[in-house]
Amino acid sequence: MLSVNLAIIIPFLAAALVPLLYTKISRKHIGWFVLIVPVTLFVTLARYIPSVAQGETYFSSVAWIPSYGIHFTTYLDGLSMIFGLLITGIGSLVILYSIYYLSAEESLGHFYIYLLLFMGAMLGVVFSDNLMVFYAFWELTSISSFLLIAFWYHRKRSRYGAKKALLTTVVGGIAMLTSFIMIYVMTGTMSIREIIAAIDPNHMLFIPAMLLLLLGAFTKSAQFPFHIWLPDAMEAPTPVSAYLHSATMVKAGIYLVARFTPIFGSHEAWFWLVSSVGLITLFWGSFNAVRQTDLKALLAYSTISQLGLVMSLFGIGSAALSMGAGEETVIYAQATFAALFHLVNHSTFKGALFMVIGIVNHGAGTRDIRRLGGLMSLMPISFTIALIGSFSMAGLPPFNGFLSKEMFFEAVVSVSQSGIFSLHISKVLFPAIAWIASVFTFIYCMIIVFKTFLGPYQPEKLDHEAHEAPAGMLVSPIILAILVVGIFFFPNVLGDYLLRPAMASILPSLQLEGMVGPISAWHGINPAFLMTVGVIIIGTLLYLSIRRWKRIYSLLPEKWTLDNLYNNSLIQMERISNRITSFYMTGYLRSYSIYIFLFFIAAVGGTLLFTGAYTFDLSGDAPISLYEIVLVLIMMAAGLAIPLAKTRVNAILLNGALGYSMALFFVVFRAPDLALTQLVVETVSTALFLLCFYYLPEWKKENSPRRTKRNNLIISIAVGAIFVLVALSVRGGKLFETISGYFEDAYELAGGKNIVNAILGDFRAFDTMLEVIVLFIGGLGVYTLIKLKTTKEERNLEDQ
Amino acid sequence: METLIIILTGVLVSVATYLFLSRNVIRIILGTAVLTHAGHLLIMTMGGLKTGGVPVLGEETTTFTDALPQALILTSIVISFAVTAFLLVLAYRLYQESRSDNLYELRGMLNE
Amino acid sequence: MKINDVILQTVTKIVVFIILTMAVYLFISGHNSPGGGFIGGLVLASALVLLFLAFDTETIMKRIPLDFKMVAAVGAFIAVATGAASLFLDIPFLSHAYSYFNLPVFGKTGLATVTIFELGVALGVVGVVVTIILSISEDV
Repeated sequence: MLSVNLAIIIPFLAAALVPLLYTKISRKHIGWFVLIVPVTLFVTLARYIPSVAQGETYFSSVAWIPSYGIHFTTYLDGLSMIFGLLITGIGSLVILYSIYYLSAEESLGHFYIYLLLFMGAMLGVVFSDNLMVFYAFWELTSISSFLLIAFWYHRKRSRYGAKKALLTTVVGGIAMLTSFIMIYVMTGTMSIREIIAAIDPNHMLFIPAMLLLLLGAFTKSAQFPFHIWLPDAMEAPTPVSAYLHSATMVKAGIYLVARFTPIFGSHEAWFWLVSSVGLITLFWGSFNAVRQTDLKALLAYSTISQLGLVMSLFGIGSAALSMGAGEETVIYAQATFAALFHLVNHSTFKGALFMVIGIVNHGAGTRDIRRLGGLMSLMPISFTIALIGSFSMAGLPPFNGFLSKEMFFEAVVSVSQSGIFSLHISKVLFPAIAWIASVFTFIYCMIIVFKTFLGPYQPEKLDHEAHEAPAGMLVSPIILAILVVGIFFFPNVLGDYLLRPAMASILPSLQLEGMVGPISAWHGINPAFLMTVGVIIIGTLLYLSIRRWKRIYSLLPEKWTLDNLYNNSLIQMERISNRITSFYMTGYLRSYSIYIFLFFIAAVGGTLLFTGAYTFDLSGDAPISLYEIVLVLIMMAAGLAIPLAKTRVNAILLNGALGYSMALFFVVFRAPDLALTQLVVETVSTALFLLCFYYLPEWKKENSPRRTKRNNLIISIAVGAIFVLVALSVRGGKLFETISGYFEDAYELAGGKNIVNAILGDFRAFDTMLEVIVLFIGGLGVYTLIKLKTTKEERNLEDQ
Repeated sequence: METLIIILTGVLVSVATYLFLSRNVIRIILGTAVLTHAGHLLIMTMGGLKTGGVPVLGEETTTFTDALPQALILTSIVISFAVTAFLLVLAYRLYQESRSDNLYELRGMLNE
Repeated sequence: MKINDVILQTVTKIVVFIILTMAVYLFISGHNSPGGGFIGGLVLASALVLLFLAFDTETIMKRIPLDFKMVAAVGAFIAVATGAASLFLDIPFLSHAYSYFNLPVFGKTGLATVTIFELGVALGVVGVVVTIILSISEDV
């Protein structure tokens, strides 16, 4: 099925079309054009849901760099289906929302190009089967995220956030690339599906590859301690935050973990790393979210925390692979199921929340909860959506978050009950962390709703009167909110058609038939239910008394934060590299030339000396006539006279003499084409030299110190001497036969009698073609150099 | 013959290197021109000199001079023309903007 | 820059045609004897340069209303396009075909797609050389 390959390409093509349309149609409507792309893709993908649910997979491959085993291979199975639908589905809603969110004065063209670029790259990530292609798309998502965060590039915070996000995710990306190369070394294949069968857990590189891969996943998905980039990424326009930094891109790391679970998941370290990093992130994110005053920063921390939740569930679920078929396997398989479930749920309620925050920002002019309050009567629809989203996130019925949260509790409780991997610390720790984090989650969810929409309305703190958003802006969050409720009542539609097939691709070795029962809201009074009740009671109490215990945040050290660590190490790195660079980058062309020449002398001369490659054999020389000796002497004299020339005209004429002598030599050496070319070129370039010199100043005497001159002389003589040595050695030892015989069949092969011309036009036509292009670029360079001049005013502008 | 030409090449390379290390932009451009000549001579020599007739089929001779170096040099001549032209214009514009052709004076002008 | 140099101008008028004829000859004969796209193009360009030297640029540009940047671009395009044409026939990039025809005037003549490629090269060379010279001389 080639259409998956096509699905990846289409957003890129559309991105290329946007600039063309941008000038043609009204700016307001560009978003509608862009909207077609994700909607079409979503519908196309959705048509495959039934067959994928039957366990069918689609696979297609286009050779890209076959000699390195790199193919543009796409693979559509249950897991990539979920992500594909999320990317295109949320993408459609976000673009619809952005049409109303961004004003027509913004550079919408850039915005939609970046967004489409991201969409294509993200689809590439989830559908690619080849490691290298996967990596390329992975980095492309980082780049497009960078561009989108810095969309308002005139703001310092935006630039800072964009740089931070890029640095963090790209460092992780490179770690992941290293891991991919290790995997290739271990298995000899680039295809993820083939790797699953070929991987050997006892290989020396197995653990390093796993660690590096996880580094890539953790940086991308903002897991502790790499989460610091996500709050700063919130400088992006809200549609971008909703799309990239909550629904899709940050889930790429989770996708990576899920996709590689069949490869690494059977190992104990995978279980521990993924689940404990996930839990720590869950706790740290929710703990920090509570103290935020900016609604968007609050949502950023809550995203971090929710990502941690999903991550830990995947970690716990991976244990199913190392179990045989048994009762415990079911428990762990259920964790994977819960992970996928929560992944989808999170996209729905978090997307809705982000969009509502955008609306609040639009309507009230601020996102600061200290200035907001009492918006319920002014923005009733937004309030309802926020209520649904927050309560779902807090894990309350009747919203989808309740279902997946319950499953999460069940998973952590069951881990504590079964003595998996014989470590007993987890017995208390896992459920405890999960529970505490959920309490904080509950608190910040309440903050979002009640601090914003209830309480006293403070118009004096707002720039303008708050008002409800236009209807178009409300469509997307309403759709998401309906999903939030809908999934609660009909969870098994989602479970049967999307989650179960996805689980089959994460845990391929297991027979999952009937292993995970249907999702139901009521399980009776079990530990998970009691935990939920506890969260609600304690959470409500803590929320009401928030003023009293908020002081614990001041106990955290102000100086020793991860952000400061990042900032300072960046400053240090810049300083050190600056020092190193300025040590050898002097700014003088002469220094750089000297490096090159000294390197040449050392490398070539050294090689000659140590390998003993110098053999001189002068026997095969052609005879010399007196005429040629005279010519050689003329050239030597002309050459040596150039540096000594007193005036520039002399120097040019001497150079011309050299050129014309060259033409004569070409005649002697039986090269009429060259002689002709050289003559004409020499004429034209001498004219050019004279033309330029007409405007240039008279040649001044070089008053460099005597020592400099002596050094220059030594270097130039050494370079010349080595040239002679190399050339003589090459003449001495013939390593292989000349290939020129082949070209002598020019008449038969290329239909030309002039061999030189046949080589230029036919045998090596590629060279010639590129040469014409080089020539063309050179001409363009000259033209632009002359025509493009900064005027005085422009220069003054630049200085400001 | 070859030995003689190789020595000539060496002399030209030395001259070019010396010109490269100069402070004056024009001298450096002249250096590139001289280096081009040296390079052409070297490529020519490597193919063997005067080993046969003109590389055009259909004449009496059956042995030809190596045509491959000739084709390479032809390409090189044209490209070096473009490069020389570009460098010359660069120097010319440099002088227009900064009133100097001395690279030592030009250093650090950007921040002025 | 108005130059009034009668002798140079008169000589140029004659010489230019000789050079142009030479350029065309070199271009066409390049396939079987010394010459070819590069040389033809360069000689043609030098003829134009001579014209610019003898007369002033405005007069010449009025007579030859060509944008030489476009000439260069067209040349580069032809060179690439002939190569790409072979891709559509499923043969390697830049493969050339040739065949022999009996033309009424010329007799048995070899025609090759190389000639089109060479035309691109020649146009590219002419365009670039003239563009360079013109831009410098106009910039005063």
